[in-house]
Amino acid sequence: MTINPRLYPLLTTIGIFIVGYFLCYLQFPNILSTRVVGNLLTDNAYLGIVAVGMTIVILSGGIDLSVGSVIAFSGVFIAVMLRDTDLPAPLIIVMLLVITSAFGAAMGWLIHALAMPAFIVTLAGMFLARGAAYMLTIDSIAITDPFFAAIQNAYWLMPGRGRLTLIGVLMVVVVLAGALLAHRTRFGASVFALGGGEQTARLMGVNVGRTTVLIYAFSGLMAGLSGVVFSVYTGSGYPLATVGTELTAIAAVVIGGTILTGGAGYVIGTLFGVLTMGLIQTYLVFDGSLSSWWTKIVIGMLLLLFILLQKGLLRLTAFGAARA
Amino acid sequence: MTRVLLAGAALLALSAAASAQTVGFSQIGSESGWRAAETTLTRQQAEERGYTLQFSDAQQRQENQIAALRSFIAQGVDAILIAPVVATGWDSVLQEAQEAEIPVVLLDRQVDSSDDLYLTAVGSDLVHEGEVAGEWLLGEVGEEECRVVELQGTTGSSPAIDRAQGFRNAIEGHANVEIVRSQTGDFTRAGGKSVMESFLQAEGGGENICALYAHNDDMAIGAIQAIKEAGLAPGEDIKIVSIDAVPDIFQAMAAGEANATVELTPNMAGPAFDALEAYWADGTEPEKFIQTESRLYTQADDPAAEYEARKDLGY
Repeated sequence: MTINPRLYPLLTTIGIFIVGYFLCYLQFPNILSTRVVGNLLTDNAYLGIVAVGMTIVILSGGIDLSVGSVIAFSGVFIAVMLRDTDLPAPLIIVMLLVITSAFGAAMGWLIHALAMPAFIVTLAGMFLARGAAYMLTIDSIAITDPFFAAIQNAYWLMPGRGRLTLIGVLMVVVVLAGALLAHRTRFGASVFALGGGEQTARLMGVNVGRTTVLIYAFSGLMAGLSGVVFSVYTGSGYPLATVGTELTAIAAVVIGGTILTGGAGYVIGTLFGVLTMGLIQTYLVFDGSLSSWWTKIVIGMLLLLFILLQKGLLRLTAFGAARA
Repeated sequence: MTRVLLAGAALLALSAAASAQTVGFSQIGSESGWRAAETTLTRQQAEERGYTLQFSDAQQRQENQIAALRSFIAQGVDAILIAPVVATGWDSVLQEAQEAEIPVVLLDRQVDSSDDLYLTAVGSDLVHEGEVAGEWLLGEVGEEECRVVELQGTTGSSPAIDRAQGFRNAIEGHANVEIVRSQTGDFTRAGGKSVMESFLQAEGGGENICALYAHNDDMAIGAIQAIKEAGLAPGEDIKIVSIDAVPDIFQAMAAGEANATVELTPNMAGPAFDALEAYWADGTEPEKFIQTESRLYTQADDPAAEYEARKDLGY
C-alpha cells in the first residue's frame, strides 16, 4: 500500500504531536491528566479558531496579517459596547462578526481589484484595526455581563477534574467545519485552485474576484469569533492584547503541514500545529526552570523542519512526475 | 528508550525527595531592572527556604499568564505567586485555583477580582514612599528655609501621582519647606538631567535651590550630572532625595553626591512566603494587603556595601 505523498506533512505533524506528548508524559505523568488536556483546548481555543481562517487564506496562496489586531479590536469593541450601551450581548456579538467579516471582505476586494500583494493590504489592515481598538479605549476594560459570565463558566467536568470548556469545544467544532469547507465544498475547491496559481484557477472557471473576497471575509469572521472567545477567556477587552498572534497563527498553519505558497494542506493539521505549540508551552511551565523563550526557539526549529520537509517533498513529487 | 525511562524515573525520584513545597511563579516579563531583581530575589528566597520554584515568564502577555496558572493548577503546586500584567480578567482562573485549594498571592500589582479569590497581595504603598522622603527632608533642614524642586515621574502614571502626593502630605504644615518648581522627567536619566538644567537656570544658577526631590533614582542621577556641570556640589549645595534604591544611587551616595533614597523593595516574595508558611502550618489567613517596608537609606548606611549587595541582582 502506498501513501499519498501529500499526506506526509500531515502525518509528520500528528506523529510529532503524539511522540512529543509521550516524551512529556515520561517526565511528567501529570501531563496525561484530563486537566492538561482540557487546558490545551481552552488555552488555545482563540488561536485554533483564528488559525482555521489563516489556513484557508494560506491554502489560497495569500496571507492575513490583520488577525491579531482584529482579535484585540473585537475584545475592546465588546467590552466598550457592553459598558456604554444597553444592547444585549448576543446582538453585540453578531454586530461584531458582521463588522470583522466586512473588514476582511474589504481587504479581499482591495487585494483583487488593485492586484496588490495580500501582505501589504493586510499589513495596513493590521494597523487600522489596532488603531481602531486604541480609539475606543486605552485601558483594559472588564466584562461583567451575565451572558459572558455564563459562557465563561460553561464547562463539563471530566473525570479527573479536568474542564472541557465551551470555548474549547467551539474550537474543535470550528476546525471540523473549516475542514468540511476546505475539502468538501465548491468554495474549498476554488481556494485550492487559487493556491495553485491565479491563471490556472481562471482557466478552471474559478471566479477569482469573488473567491478572494470570500476568503478574506472568512478570515475576518474567524478573527472576530476568535476575539469573542478571547474576551470570554480573559474576561476583558484590552487594546494591547494578542500582539503578534497573526505570526503565531501562521506558524501553527505551517507546522500543521500546509505549504506556505498555497495549494496543499489540511485544516485538521492546523489543529495539531496549535496543540503542538500549546504542548511546548505546557512542558516549559511543568519544568519550571527553562526560560519561556524556549517556546519560540522550539517553534522556530519546527518551522524550519517543515519548510525543509516541504522542499524535499516538492523534489520528490517532481522526481516522481519526471519518472512517470 | 530505557535511558529515557531511567532519566524520567530519576527525575521523579528527585522531585519526590525535594517535594517539600512547590511554588509556581508567573512573572510579567523582564522589562525593567527592578523586575529582573524581583525575579532573582524570588528565586533566592525559594532556594533558601528549600522550595521548588516553577518559574514562568509571560513575556508581557496575559494569555501566557493564564495558561501558566492553569498548568500550575494541573500540576498540583502548593501555592502560586503572580505579578499580574493587567488588573482585569482573572476571575475564572483564580476561581479554578480556589477550587483546587491552591493559595494564590499577588505580587507588586493588584487585580480587580473579588479579594476572596486570592490569599493576599504583597506590595508597596507609593504614597508612603513619598512621605518617607518628605519626612527625611524635614528632619534634615530643621527650621531653616528650604526651596525644593521636584522631578516628577511620567505624567498621569500612578507612581508619579502617589509619590507627589506623599511628599506633599509630609511637608504640609511646615511653612519653611516649599516646592517651588515641579516638572516631569519621565522617570529617565536624560529627562532628569535636562529638566534639572532648566530648574538651575530658572533659579539663579541653582543658588536658590536647597533640595531636589526626584520620583525615582534614575532622574536623580541625571540631575546630579546637571548640577555638577553647573559648577555646584550635588549632595552639599543641593540636597538630593529620591525613591527606588537602585544600585547606582548607592554609588552616588558613597561619593557624597546624593543624600537619601527610599527603597521600593524587589523582595516581594519574602513576605509572600512568610504568609504562605503560616497558611500551610495552621490555615492562618493573612491580611488582604501586606505592605512592604519603605526603608530609608542615607549616607550613614554604608552605601558602598549596599551597592555591592545589589549590583548582581539583575538591575
